[in-house]
Amino acid sequence: MNTFDIFRASTLDGAVAAFRDHGDAMYLSGGMTLVPSMKSGLAAPGLLVDLSAIKGLRGIAREGNMLRIGALTRFSEIIASADVATAIPALGAMAAKVADRHVRNRGTLGGSVANNDPASDFPAAVLALGATMVTDRRRIAAADYFTGLFETALEADEVLAALEFPIPDAAAYAKHAHPASGYAVAGVFVARFGDDWRVGVTGSGEEGVFRLTQAEQALQQGGIKAAEGLNLGELELLDDATFPAAFRAAAIGWLLRDALAQL
Amino acid sequence: MTTLTLSVNGSTRRVTTEDRTLLVDLLRGPLGLTGTHVGCDTSQCGACVVRLNGETVKSCSVLAATLDDGAMVETIEGVASDGALHPMQQAFSECHALQCGFCTPGFVITAIDMAERHPEGLSAAIVRAELKGNLCRCTGYQNIVAAVLQGAAAMGVPVPEREVSQ
Repeated sequence: MNTFDIFRASTLDGAVAAFRDHGDAMYLSGGMTLVPSMKSGLAAPGLLVDLSAIKGLRGIAREGNMLRIGALTRFSEIIASADVATAIPALGAMAAKVADRHVRNRGTLGGSVANNDPASDFPAAVLALGATMVTDRRRIAAADYFTGLFETALEADEVLAALEFPIPDAAAYAKHAHPASGYAVAGVFVARFGDDWRVGVTGSGEEGVFRLTQAEQALQQGGIKAAEGLNLGELELLDDATFPAAFRAAAIGWLLRDALAQL
Repeated sequence: MTTLTLSVNGSTRRVTTEDRTLLVDLLRGPLGLTGTHVGCDTSQCGACVVRLNGETVKSCSVLAATLDDGAMVETIEGVASDGALHPMQQAFSECHALQCGFCTPGFVITAIDMAERHPEGLSAAIVRAELKGNLCRCTGYQNIVAAVLQGAAAMGVPVPEREVSQ
């Protein structure tokens, strides 16, 4: 790796100030994506502003009809959380599908959602549950947050501090993992709030995570049975030799059925 | 440069290092603990797994300068006590769970952690699922799974009788 400095921030304000002062900085959360990216030369910041020592960015709390998860909370903590298990167990099940046990011990929810890798799992839950991203300066609705592959509405120096997930009546996630990397080739998260259905799809969208509105409308009108046999041929999906768009469309269809069958 | 005070296998170690130093390089270089291996260096193979504050991590993906003072690191060198192999090491030996042995330190650390986190019991299916982050290119895993179960049983973890190896 190139040489770089590390600043361990103790407050959010201190982190942002250090980031702005340096001019060539990146924020570091769990490091499970950023450190490998730096080792392979895909990222080469002059300063890493480490967020891991800032108090208050880590932890899980149920507040009324909402589950608040600090951005620095690790996947292993989401899996082990009693609050997650009672409020939105699908989030715990999703976290258990991320990478492997060693990576889950370091990787964070906020790091994953801030990076917005089109093949990562949690953006599907964020979109389907209509979560709110709480940053050091504002609140961003899920609908406004994801802006493209590895792109979000976060400003360059903005820090994701917590995510607030509305608690649904039911939710489930189904994933087709890449056999080598473990990332999602396709992942479908379904959530029901009363009669309102929301479906988020990760892994396959040409522009990253998206809502499967055809399925949402069908579910709204006809219930779970209506989600059978949807025409997903019009979706704009990634297309590569290993996983052609037609395969991905079929996978989204069967993953939708798998997720609904878990409810 | 950053100066760190770490607890490594129970001993307090103070070391000054470049900010870009990975935990695995700190262990293998200045701290002289070469039992932790660098296999892929791309966060996939698990040869570099150590326990950090009681949790397994891939030490090739952890920047040493981000560790808190007093952070606890456990490596393969700290597993045996008084010259006697840990029951998990003994099981790896008895079950022939290694050939070249390069990945073994990461597997043993992972296996001990797995056994300690499943006091209610382990099965071959759980072991296989939890070994997802450790790659072995020699053995084909059959003997590794058998060793983890035998080692866990020796550590007092309930294991279905039929699943403990030959």
